[in-house]
Amino acid sequence: MRGNRIAGLLMLALLVLALAFVPLFAGKFYVQFAAKILIMAIFAMSLDLLLGTTGMVSFGHAAFYGAGAYALALLTPQYQAASFWTSFPLAVAASAFLAFVIGLFVVRMQGIYFIMVTLAFAQMLYFLFYDTKIGGGNDGIFIDMRPVAKIGDWQPINLDNYSHVYYLALALFALVFLLLRTVLASPFGRVLAGIKANEQRMRSLGYATFRYKLACFVIAGATAGVAGYLAALQFGVVNPEMLGWHLSGAVMMMVILGGMGTLAGPVLGAAVWMLLELWFQDLTKHWHLLMGGFIVLTALFLPNGLIGLVARVAGGSVQRDA
Amino acid sequence: MDFNIFLIQVLNGVQYGLLLFLVASGLTLVFGIMGIINVAHGSFYMIGAYLAWSLAAQAGSFWLALPLAIVLSVLIGLALEWLVIRWLYKRDHLYQVLCTYGLILVFEELRSVLWGDDVRSLPIPALLNQSIPLTDTLTYPVYRLWISLVCLVVALGLYLAIQKTRLGMSIRAGATDRDMVQSLGINIQLVYRIVFAAGIALASFAGMIAAPVSAVAPGMGNHVLIICFVVVVIGGLGSVKGALIASLAIGLVDTFGKVVHLELGGVKLLPELSSMTVYVLMAGVLLWRPEGLFGRKL
Repeated sequence: MRGNRIAGLLMLALLVLALAFVPLFAGKFYVQFAAKILIMAIFAMSLDLLLGTTGMVSFGHAAFYGAGAYALALLTPQYQAASFWTSFPLAVAASAFLAFVIGLFVVRMQGIYFIMVTLAFAQMLYFLFYDTKIGGGNDGIFIDMRPVAKIGDWQPINLDNYSHVYYLALALFALVFLLLRTVLASPFGRVLAGIKANEQRMRSLGYATFRYKLACFVIAGATAGVAGYLAALQFGVVNPEMLGWHLSGAVMMMVILGGMGTLAGPVLGAAVWMLLELWFQDLTKHWHLLMGGFIVLTALFLPNGLIGLVARVAGGSVQRDA
Repeated sequence: MDFNIFLIQVLNGVQYGLLLFLVASGLTLVFGIMGIINVAHGSFYMIGAYLAWSLAAQAGSFWLALPLAIVLSVLIGLALEWLVIRWLYKRDHLYQVLCTYGLILVFEELRSVLWGDDVRSLPIPALLNQSIPLTDTLTYPVYRLWISLVCLVVALGLYLAIQKTRLGMSIRAGATDRDMVQSLGINIQLVYRIVFAAGIALASFAGMIAAPVSAVAPGMGNHVLIICFVVVVIGGLGSVKGALIASLAIGLVDTFGKVVHLELGGVKLLPELSSMTVYVLMAGVLLWRPEGLFGRKL
């Protein structure tokens, strides 16, 4: 167990080190694409906390991603830049708060109700931004000026530079990975795993499962907000699609594709998913057909995701809770 | 709001609600009986509308297109159950959601390949293209009344089929205990296939009769799907009666949300936020009864 943990940390360190070299070799398109993968990896890891760890199948996780993104857009004054040091924590807090409010309603739901109600709440938010002028309507908002990350007069990172954005995404990716790992290994994380295995039993053991699930929902929402903030920062634009259910479905797919409940799985899933999308878009105008077919086949034939496939080929087995 | 306008809004709300019921009843039946959550259900609303549009253009008559489109929808439903859905019965809901989410992408793209991405419109059939005068200046279109009537007939037929026929008996029994029904010599696999195809046909039929009064457009199924989720959650999963009541409630709330003016402390709430009224209704019902109006206790 302990050996595993150290090996995992070593792998992460090596991965981050290798990824740190990307901007030295790749052109702008690929650096931005790699940053996008890292952002999606953060997003997928946050959903995995619900899906894989606690067994809460949220079909509206894009709501919190979008909340983080819209928070940056709304915190940026017109023709001026926001400060990274205030806008980032505020965006994450906004996502966390939204997750808390929605969580109060949805967390006591079970199974299929949970799926439908999370979806309905996310769509409610989608229509709020789509129909009203709060967030620029269906066109969204352009963020003309990227946030400035100044400490006094010193500017450690220039967010107008795409490589710097990439490094920010990489740093936050590593941070989120480590944080979630710590959460999962903590007694709190063990309770979550216990809830997934048998919530009734955890309740009989005296755990107030509602509070644990709500806390988990808030952490996942806040983490999704980190991803959304980064996405808004990188693309310089937010629109209602960032809250939409297509994104909720896609991120769910990344988690399943990689392998639920493994943290490394969603990262792998995000990378493979984004690369597939890039490839399919190159092949045909009707690439959704290929993507859809791929999803159907994965859901039918690859229940443990790619991590499970790797483990099976390697002759081992992946730990499954469900 | 004077009485005639009120009456028109009630009629509109009921018509919209009944249309929703056709889609939502299939969703709730497929879940209640087969234990399958099919998020691609809304796609069939779209497919129905496009089928009606293209067949009516080919055949030159809406009335000829309708039965053809229904037959085609049933066939698609049967094929889909056989190809994909039957593998999902024993799987976790998560994989059902994913797999059918993949199907949405496939159907949307097939629609794009077959019929293009343009918004189409289908003329109201000549026979029903009339209006009933309510006052000197206000009239109500006959076609909308016809939609409500047809939906009511279908709802009644559904009730009779489930409560009063042998097939309905097997369906109800299958929802309770699949294995027991199987060992009593009923081909439950066949029953499931019929239920699934019927659900698909209902959604598709709703799309067909809605086509002349709404734009036949890409993505039209997605909005309906989400609203139907709300309907099913409010009514209680698996309850057809609940779906009917919730559909009507949502139809009326949504319709009146768009015409009523409501201000609270100087903040304009309605009709500005009318697209959110149904979700507020859902949240309210869930706080009161987490299992929905007619759902089994959680």
